[in-house]
Amino acid sequence: MSKTKVKKMLFILSKATIENVYAAFIMANGARMEGIDAEIFFTFFGLEAIQKKKLNGLHVATVGNPAMHIPTMVGGLPGMEALATKMMKKEMDKLDMPPVDEFLEILSASGVKLWACKLAVDMFHLDEKDLIEDLDGILTIGDFYNQADQDGTQMLFI
Amino acid sequence: METLIAGKNVIVNEEGYLLDFSQWNREVGEKIAKDEGITMTPRHWEVIEWLQEQVKADKALSIRGIKKSGVLDIKEFYALFPGGPLKISTKIAGVPKPKSCI
Repeated sequence: MSKTKVKKMLFILSKATIENVYAAFIMANGARMEGIDAEIFFTFFGLEAIQKKKLNGLHVATVGNPAMHIPTMVGGLPGMEALATKMMKKEMDKLDMPPVDEFLEILSASGVKLWACKLAVDMFHLDEKDLIEDLDGILTIGDFYNQADQDGTQMLFI
Repeated sequence: METLIAGKNVIVNEEGYLLDFSQWNREVGEKIAKDEGITMTPRHWEVIEWLQEQVKADKALSIRGIKKSGVLDIKEFYALFPGGPLKISTKIAGVPKPKSCI
């Protein structure tokens, strides 16, 4: 059995850039693979990752991201984000990383609970039909805290 | 290190994975499974044999590969080997623990 003292990981995903979405997905999947429970709470822009129409069109951020090594002015030019995203997706494909829709299916089948934030859903005027079928429900932040129901639970804001 | 599993001397690493697949047999696999709290069924063995074939064919094991396998889906994989399916099933199969993060 695992030696880890972490028993449950709760992720709050508040951003929709590819690097943040994949960080949450890879950590949630990695937790399940180690026998650790995992749940993701999608809030604010993170909701884009579970909107049927938007989830496969997420981008990497080229502005305000010094590690991209692109001058901010250049990063803001039309088409730069799309280009950088295309390049990154190609690299991810080489490593057999699934696209967002398939990754969500893997997470759900692996027992990761997927929750939408009620406040953000209301704020963006979204409806349950706009969100993926695999969603486990729409919760308030209070409800989500109550998912931290055992010792060894960790909560992470991304 | 050398250890005795199901009456057979085998070499394992510090996590209990067999280092030499030729030392593996079903009794060894069955004992490793028992220590992981799993009672093997014919369905378990089907999956184990498939995993061993993949490793023999030099194919990397990943959860995405399970999804695409056509042999079983991810839900069944977690149901058969609860508590970390890929690392537990590979241990039972006598093959190396996959290094992939996905």
